[in-house]
Amino acid sequence: MHNKINIGNLVVFSFLLLAACQPKPSALTVMTHDSFAISASTVAAFEQENDVEVEFLLSGDAGSMLNRAILSKNTPIADVIYGIDNTFLSRALDEDLFISYPSALLNELHPALLLDSGNHALPVDFGDVCINFDIAYFEDQGLALPASFEDLTAPQYEGLLVVENPATSSPGLSFLLATIAEFGEDGYLPYWERLKENGVVVVNDWETAYYSNFSGSSGNGEQPMVVSYGTSPAAEVIFSEQPLSEAPTASIVNENMCYRQVEFVGILKNTKNQQLAEKFVDFMLGVKFQEDIPLNMFVFPANASANIPQSFIDYVQIPASPAQLDASFIAENRDEWITDWRLTMLE
Amino acid sequence: MIRSKSATYYLFIPVLFLLVFYIFPMAKIAGYVVEGFLPSTASQPIHWGLIQKATGFTLYQALLSSLITMLIGLPAAFVFGKYQFIGKPILRVLFTLPFILPTVVVVAGFNALLGPNGWVNVALMRIFHSPAPVINSYGSLGVIILAHVFYNISVVIRVVATARERFDPDVINAAALLGAKPHQIFLKIILPILWPHIFSAFLLVFLFDFTSFGVILMLGGASFTTLEVEIYIQTMQLLNLKMAGVLSLIQLAFTVLLTVLSGWMENKKNAPLSPNLQPMLRKPVSNGDKVFVFCINAILIGLLVFPVAALFLRSITAADLGQAGGMGLRFTLRYYASLFTNQHDNIFFVPPLAAVGNSFVFAGTSMLLAVTLGLLVAFSSTTGSKWSKGIQTFAMLPLGTSAVTLGLGFAAAFANNPALQAWSVFLIPIAHTLVALPFVIRIIQPALGSIPSHLHDAAMMLGVRPNAVWKYIDLPIIRKPLSSAAIYAFAISLGEFGATAFLTTPEFPTIPIAIFRSLNLPGSLNYGKALALSVILLLVCAAGFILIDWMQGEDWLPQI
Repeated sequence: MHNKINIGNLVVFSFLLLAACQPKPSALTVMTHDSFAISASTVAAFEQENDVEVEFLLSGDAGSMLNRAILSKNTPIADVIYGIDNTFLSRALDEDLFISYPSALLNELHPALLLDSGNHALPVDFGDVCINFDIAYFEDQGLALPASFEDLTAPQYEGLLVVENPATSSPGLSFLLATIAEFGEDGYLPYWERLKENGVVVVNDWETAYYSNFSGSSGNGEQPMVVSYGTSPAAEVIFSEQPLSEAPTASIVNENMCYRQVEFVGILKNTKNQQLAEKFVDFMLGVKFQEDIPLNMFVFPANASANIPQSFIDYVQIPASPAQLDASFIAENRDEWITDWRLTMLE
Repeated sequence: MIRSKSATYYLFIPVLFLLVFYIFPMAKIAGYVVEGFLPSTASQPIHWGLIQKATGFTLYQALLSSLITMLIGLPAAFVFGKYQFIGKPILRVLFTLPFILPTVVVVAGFNALLGPNGWVNVALMRIFHSPAPVINSYGSLGVIILAHVFYNISVVIRVVATARERFDPDVINAAALLGAKPHQIFLKIILPILWPHIFSAFLLVFLFDFTSFGVILMLGGASFTTLEVEIYIQTMQLLNLKMAGVLSLIQLAFTVLLTVLSGWMENKKNAPLSPNLQPMLRKPVSNGDKVFVFCINAILIGLLVFPVAALFLRSITAADLGQAGGMGLRFTLRYYASLFTNQHDNIFFVPPLAAVGNSFVFAGTSMLLAVTLGLLVAFSSTTGSKWSKGIQTFAMLPLGTSAVTLGLGFAAAFANNPALQAWSVFLIPIAHTLVALPFVIRIIQPALGSIPSHLHDAAMMLGVRPNAVWKYIDLPIIRKPLSSAAIYAFAISLGEFGATAFLTTPEFPTIPIAIFRSLNLPGSLNYGKALALSVILLLVCAAGFILIDWMQGEDWLPQI
């Protein structure tokens, strides 16, 4: 009766671990959210040019990342933070996280995206949160598309829409804000009550909404309409299992039905690498990086001179007049809106 | 009880570990919460109604989930603990696999099977000529409970069956000889002796359901909230640390209460279990036995293996274009093939083999740490250290602590410290160890506690040194529970329980991280890749389980 677990195995494991993580000198640390993606060659170009190593610290979703940055603002763990969007921008500015950096490239960016006049947070990209629909379903059923938010409460759309919880999902929050822009602070809760009566399905995360509930995606779900991104149809074509000539889904881009998310980059206070951080911000706003953004993160570049891939031109509809809310108005009321919404929608 | 003094020294390392890696991070977080209560930031409201709702629903669903898990798990445990049948070791591994699956993947499995256009629903719709899906349970309490049973039933099987296997048949034979009827033997002998093990299993399952996060978040929809989900929302989304602090305290208080209660119940009923090193399993002989064994296994296969099998099938099939409703499926290996190519030269591309390697190293390290620390704690308790009971309760706390709090605490205490950042990769197995340690203690301790003291006394009388007692008496007796403990420690780490979301190091992505990255973007290829990676995760896990079973001497050939 001898035991086969021996010290040898233990030692092997420890050595594997030790060998795996020799501490190495870090140079520039960029804190970002989990959805961040970029080409390796793009980053390598910056690294070679400046003889540094860029490390990306993936820190959860945009909200989690920001809160983590706030909780560690006295001993910052990164030099640059990228990915705070306009729904969280004012919280970041109120907490005074960034140093101001009026980059020389600012005049190349779409002027409408420059939401921080103090230039603490600079726009890098933007995208729209819109309702996506399953084209085949609407064709088969001979159903017309809803032309406004109000239409969604009509009986023919009963149970056909899945949305995300604004307390746990960033597209969910954007959609809530769009309804507030449409119906106002007094009108949005009654609207959501009507939506609830009409069988709107609420799930907590985009993955479940898109992949399990939505009928237009791989999960073959029950709802032919989902709150997703304007670029999702293009992603469906690019990441299809076999080549597609047409997107199986499209966005509803009527007036006030989409919400524009803008993502920002900022240099964290107390950085020890300010010069390098500024260079990196310039690099992010430059054409090379900007043109690499669309196919990695499925959002549009903020730099007006950056080219947009053909698949975006073919498959992405851009809303002419997305819903808009003032950043400070959001900052003052966001938590209250979310909590009120939850109290309305919770059983 | 002679070794009591030296036994206290064994506790030194586990206590130090908990102080540094649990108390210190928690103190950091407590600091933030207190700051949140300062007048300058007092604008954040506390919604007592929400707290009440979350607390009530947490207890309700946890109690219901764990009772139903026990209801199905106990008969299954008796089948596994009493009978020998063909395929048993393989079935045991298969039944444990659900434990490690990330929730998002379980949703995919259930969806492929039971979703509105899942295979079961499509079949039922054809049979009943029903235009609408027959089964429709998303966002209901039922699906939360189903998922909890799916996840945790193996805990009951492993813990209780292992104890039942080592049951000395002489005791039962003697009772039968004296005229006891089968139900009397069951109620008066088997149940009391197995009670600590049953209770341990219940406690573990309850705590897991109590702090369940992904299942509630992903399957419950937005209409349910629990303490754990609420802590996440208040901390990570609303930055209302006051609220999060109150919720954490409530959660912690229940954990302490439960653990103390369980310690008290164990004190009352800890009947020695005569060790039986060669399990006296028998083949089901009578027709009744055969039907029982067959039915239990059929139910378990339906409940635990079918969703996993659906996941596998889904990973090798694609829907034909132009055909709605999930019909017209064809075979494809594109999902697997695409794992190996970095289509867009993405800087975070994860080569599948590297992810497998990282997962194995992290899980193996956590397992060794947790088993070592757990053995030290459990060992000290059998040798009568007066501190042991307290330390055991103490070690249970991480399981009842929100993964968000734990992760945030780690980030505040270690990861945010530039001097320690280079070593942050070590924090991942350490965080996993904190969660796995209660499991290890809960599984090993009842086994050690049930070793009859006359064995130790006899050894002492014969002048055997303590180390040798440990090596030749205790270790062989707890060999099997030890392997169960190791399996769960391994699985907990491999399944990436919440806390690590704060500690991911891009250099060492694991399989679950690769799964989440694939699901970040729309497209059937991304979805398929996530499913393919999940199958790989299952294979890695099965390999780990088999290895651990083999190391403790499981006989992989059916005993005929």
